[in-house]
Amino acid sequence: MSKAIVTRNLTKRFGDFIATNAITFEVEQGEIFGFLGANGAGKTTAMRMLCGLLKPSSGEATVAGFNIFTQAEQVKRRIGYMSQKFSLYEDLTVKENIRFYGGIYGLSHQQIKSKTEELLGKLQLQKEADHLVSSLPLGWKQKLSFSIAVLHNPSIVFLDEPTGGVDPITRRQFWDLIYEAADGGVTIFVTTHYMDEAEYCNRISIMVDGRIKALDTPARLKEQYRADSMNEVFLQLARAKPAENNSSS
Amino acid sequence: MREFFVFVRKECYHIFRDRRTLLILFGMPVVLIVLFGFAITNEVRNVKIAVLDQAQDAYSRQLTDRITASGYFTVDRYLHAEQDIEPVFRKGEVKMVMVVPPNFGHKFYHGRKAPLQLLTDASDPNTGTTLVNYANAIILRYQQEMTGKITLPLTIQPEARMIYNPSLKSVFLFVPGVMTLILMLVCAMMTSITITREKELGTMEILLVSPLKPVTIIAGKVIPYIALSFIIALTILAMGFWIFGMPIRGSLLLLLLECLLFCLAALSLGILISSLTNSQQTAMMISMMGLLLPTILLSGFVFPLESMPKPLQIFANIVPAKWFIIILKDVMLKGAGLRQVWQPTLILGGMTLFFLLVSVRKFKTRLS
Repeated sequence: MSKAIVTRNLTKRFGDFIATNAITFEVEQGEIFGFLGANGAGKTTAMRMLCGLLKPSSGEATVAGFNIFTQAEQVKRRIGYMSQKFSLYEDLTVKENIRFYGGIYGLSHQQIKSKTEELLGKLQLQKEADHLVSSLPLGWKQKLSFSIAVLHNPSIVFLDEPTGGVDPITRRQFWDLIYEAADGGVTIFVTTHYMDEAEYCNRISIMVDGRIKALDTPARLKEQYRADSMNEVFLQLARAKPAENNSSS
Repeated sequence: MREFFVFVRKECYHIFRDRRTLLILFGMPVVLIVLFGFAITNEVRNVKIAVLDQAQDAYSRQLTDRITASGYFTVDRYLHAEQDIEPVFRKGEVKMVMVVPPNFGHKFYHGRKAPLQLLTDASDPNTGTTLVNYANAIILRYQQEMTGKITLPLTIQPEARMIYNPSLKSVFLFVPGVMTLILMLVCAMMTSITITREKELGTMEILLVSPLKPVTIIAGKVIPYIALSFIIALTILAMGFWIFGMPIRGSLLLLLLECLLFCLAALSLGILISSLTNSQQTAMMISMMGLLLPTILLSGFVFPLESMPKPLQIFANIVPAKWFIIILKDVMLKGAGLRQVWQPTLILGGMTLFFLLVSVRKFKTRLS
């Protein structure tokens, strides 16, 4: 089985500033891959390059088996994306949003119809189907947003800090949805600030100053850094001086 | 193609659910046309004047009658002394005072020269000049009538005719002007706002990650607004035609095609603006300052271009509105066909193409 994501020395420069510095990693199909890092560490930049929103300065990468430089169209058809900002149309109803996003991915009427039923049932939103999205509570919007991101059965879905500003219970429910999608074979690539969420991932990478400083399962990372929680691992890595880090990683 | 229709439908939802904006979009042209058509007018009609008739003879009375009969002036009051002139002007009760000196008729026939004084309130210089011109014309005509019996050996008889707009209705200028203004507003401002709104909301990222092509996104955003502005253009034309009697002497088809061309120009400007900024507020400010002001000031809509300093006249050439107003006036009032307006049309078309190319190019570069 091919890898979902492969990058080799993927680099993005903005003038003199190097946002992501030669990152190399692989993500297996069906994996939940956590992408961690402080603000400005370069994780959003890396994700945007993989989604085709940014052109890499150098390096190579394939997403779903397609080269992101030369086969951007094929990549786009196979990925789903949920951005930091809530990304549904507030002045459209739940149903209209589903229809729109299904439509732009080229789903047929029939497919959209059955998907809509399925999705509304899963999220228990049948009653709200014809309500404007603006009337839904944030947690529901986020779950809806995720469900719409995987509506066209992408092989990989990119989630950019999907649970920002949501209460712990809704976050847990949100992760249930992620697990469900991963069980169905979808690769999940997720950036997050929340260290408890990092524990939910199969493997995580931690970025500091544009480089990947650590990459492994949460359990092994905790072992390696002799830490009780991911939080400690993260703090050790993020606070460490760059010089010391180079030797350890 | 189906993706495109899905997109257009979504855009229509946005437009129709935003009732307030929709109301403004359709209300504004109506209000503006009515305002410009009825209220704000630089036509001379029933202007109040005062007459200080020191002659009190048949000729002075005839002259006064002529002046009131023209419809341009009404005699508000008769003054009795020169001291009265200043106060009536100060109170702003009359715009002009005609002073007929004593022995007016006698001087005319026997002295061969009859002086007459016209005093005008020139605090509004344009109106002042216009009033004097109108009054002069009436007086001249009266004079010709009186001297008509006497044949002079050599005469020049100028026969002036105001063509294309014989009754000098200012609404003939305002209809094209308002149309230009509104189309610019709807097309450029609304497009730039709707695109930046997607950027602000973060939905633009989702669209760019999707397999939709940039061209589809832009076209899907823009086409509903073309339709909208076209309806507005038709409304304005209909109001001009039926309410104000603005003629459409040229081909209606040509007129509509030119409207479409101008809409495209404005839309591409809107897209260009939206590629410069990520916030709705900035987009709106740029549209206001960068597009609306030149459209109002430098298009010849309010201020005649000919009387502007040279640099401004040159600058006005890059204002699309200038060319559109020329086209509108030529087609509507002069009945011009494409053969007469090909030049401004070509310029407008060239501008549109240029803006469109630049904006699509700019839009294509990925979000950074």
